Amino acid sequence: MSRLEELKTRIKEALPGLECVIGWQKGYDALHNTPLFMRSAEDVDKLEWGALNVHNPAVYLPTMAGKKVGVVVKGCDSRSVVELLQENLINRDNIVIFAAGCDGVVDLTKVKAKLAAAGTGAGVVTAVSADGKTVSVTAGGKTVAMPMAEVAADKCLRCQYPNAVLADTFVGTPAPQPTPVPSANADLDALDAMSVPDRMAFWRYHMDRCIRCYACRNACPMCVCRDHCIAQSREPHWLSQDDSVTEKLMFQVVHAMHLAGRCTECGECQRACPMDIPVLALKKHLNRTIHDLFDYQAGVDAAAIPPLLQFKTEEVNIKERSW
Amino acid sequence: MAAVKYISREKLPEWLKALAAERRLLVPVEEGGAVVFRAYDPAKAPVFGSDATAPPKGSVFPASKELFSYTYGKEGEDAKPTLTLDPKTTAEPTVVFGSKPCGARGFLIFDRVYMGKKFPDPYYIAAREATVFVTMACDTVENTCFCHWVGSGPADPAGSDLLLTPVAGGWLVEAVSAKGEPLLASPALTDGAAKAAEAEEVKAKTRAALGEAPDISTSKEALLARFDDMDFWRDQSDKCISCGACTYLCPTCYCFSITDEGSGMSGKRLRSWDACMHFQFTLEASGHNPRPTKAHRLKNRVGHKFSYYPTLHDGLIACCGCGRCVKSCPVSVDIREIVQNAVAKAKA
Repeated sequence: MSRLEELKTRIKEALPGLECVIGWQKGYDALHNTPLFMRSAEDVDKLEWGALNVHNPAVYLPTMAGKKVGVVVKGCDSRSVVELLQENLINRDNIVIFAAGCDGVVDLTKVKAKLAAAGTGAGVVTAVSADGKTVSVTAGGKTVAMPMAEVAADKCLRCQYPNAVLADTFVGTPAPQPTPVPSANADLDALDAMSVPDRMAFWRYHMDRCIRCYACRNACPMCVCRDHCIAQSREPHWLSQDDSVTEKLMFQVVHAMHLAGRCTECGECQRACPMDIPVLALKKHLNRTIHDLFDYQAGVDAAAIPPLLQFKTEEVNIKERSW
Repeated sequence: MAAVKYISREKLPEWLKALAAERRLLVPVEEGGAVVFRAYDPAKAPVFGSDATAPPKGSVFPASKELFSYTYGKEGEDAKPTLTLDPKTTAEPTVVFGSKPCGARGFLIFDRVYMGKKFPDPYYIAAREATVFVTMACDTVENTCFCHWVGSGPADPAGSDLLLTPVAGGWLVEAVSAKGEPLLASPALTDGAAKAAEAEEVKAKTRAALGEAPDISTSKEALLARFDDMDFWRDQSDKCISCGACTYLCPTCYCFSITDEGSGMSGKRLRSWDACMHFQFTLEASGHNPRPTKAHRLKNRVGHKFSYYPTLHDGLIACCGCGRCVKSCPVSVDIREIVQNAVAKAKA
């Protein structure tokens, strides 16, 4: 039985005791899958597993507090579930985790660029097939074969957890441990190489096209303030409604600071951005700092206390007395 | 008979430079992978192939607009405080060049709201009257295009002042309104009569590529019938993450918020885009919120466009079918599917 068929069988078995199970189904065209909320056996038959399951379904869990729900996860998604558990934002007794080995997902922005280079476009895609090594996309009558390594999401290129770090039901054989690709951190490397004024100019250039839709925030599984975010509150009045780069960049800094040591780098903020702004780099930078200071990685151990949620009188790597 | 002209690809920069010399000229350009409308820069080639990521909504209705600035003053202990207001009603003459017909058509939905007899809006009217739309008809259609569902089409001139249609070597240029005609005076344009037949073929071919639209003529009643059916709206909105991408990228979404941004004795009053997908949109001062969940909010967005607005405005659907809300949605919520689901449920 394939991973997908086994997942469907196991979900159907569990469904009677659950409000719903969250997974993915085919979307409005062959290139887009979309989150699926399974409430009946017919819904489960729509389930998909593969390279187009780009979304992180953990984002929905904190909004369903008090209900017993199932969630299908990739390795990266499972880290968000674990981080939510670490912070007591969801109740373990109310979550049933279904998982299978993940061979990576595509970055639709990279797919779009490949299609444009081939003289066609993402808007006219009629068929997609993926076998783990190659993604073949048919658009405007042309079939473009793309090596997975060239169109995979950056997070897949640096993935250490292709198999869920926590699961109640894991189907099929685990995916092999991927070899990290050096270019996976090209975004941070490029920013590191810039002078401070150049870096500021980089962010001002990119944030200028921000439309303040807050898709980055709402797609983030760890952004749990949701309706009460200081970006939109009038009391406190931290941000103005001015359409200025300063306000837009300020929000990104607030977002990144709130995620320091909590972000699992699932990349949903950047994937969700309709304007293709590379906002994940800000969180990656802070995570790197957290890693250097506390030797900590978010969302891999449900029993671990995140470093900024605890207090030690003497930190190993912070020499407060030797200034 | 309106003038029919032709502009070649080679001559286009000449025309654009001439237009930019006299007014603000906004064209679609690539910025970090997205296509946005920006002031024309001869060093940067405009992108006319695919529809822009963000529509030219901001040209007439900016993301935030300063309505006026204010300053309080006080002379001496017992004097009454004074208040000085400096309104900002003037608008810069502007040409929006290279929007698709759907992007320009969006303002027809705005016009009925902001240029009506009841509440004419001086800020909107000034900007609208100062702006000319030079639109490019489509010669390709995307999976997310559905202009033909809402009474429009890939060469729809409604809302535009000039309509350009791609033909071999350049574009056929047709005047749609009296406001557009003066722009044809540039020597970069030549007579286009010989290209007219080819342009008609392009228009017909593109329209044919869209295929037949499903019948959604009952959407007004069908959506109203679902008003209290919150199970239906739960199912439609389950995957929605309640961000504002659909709303802010929509050429027809016209809702706004008003805030005073200032400190001490001076500041400014802003009118900014608002989104009915956000919790704060209907949050009342008491703390009560009549649309507490994303299901309530998505119901409003779809209902407004396909039921409430057409009920108030002679059946005009408040959607131009550009598909940005589908294409740019982080979770691929499809408004076409929701409307069809409501229509199908009403028939059942």
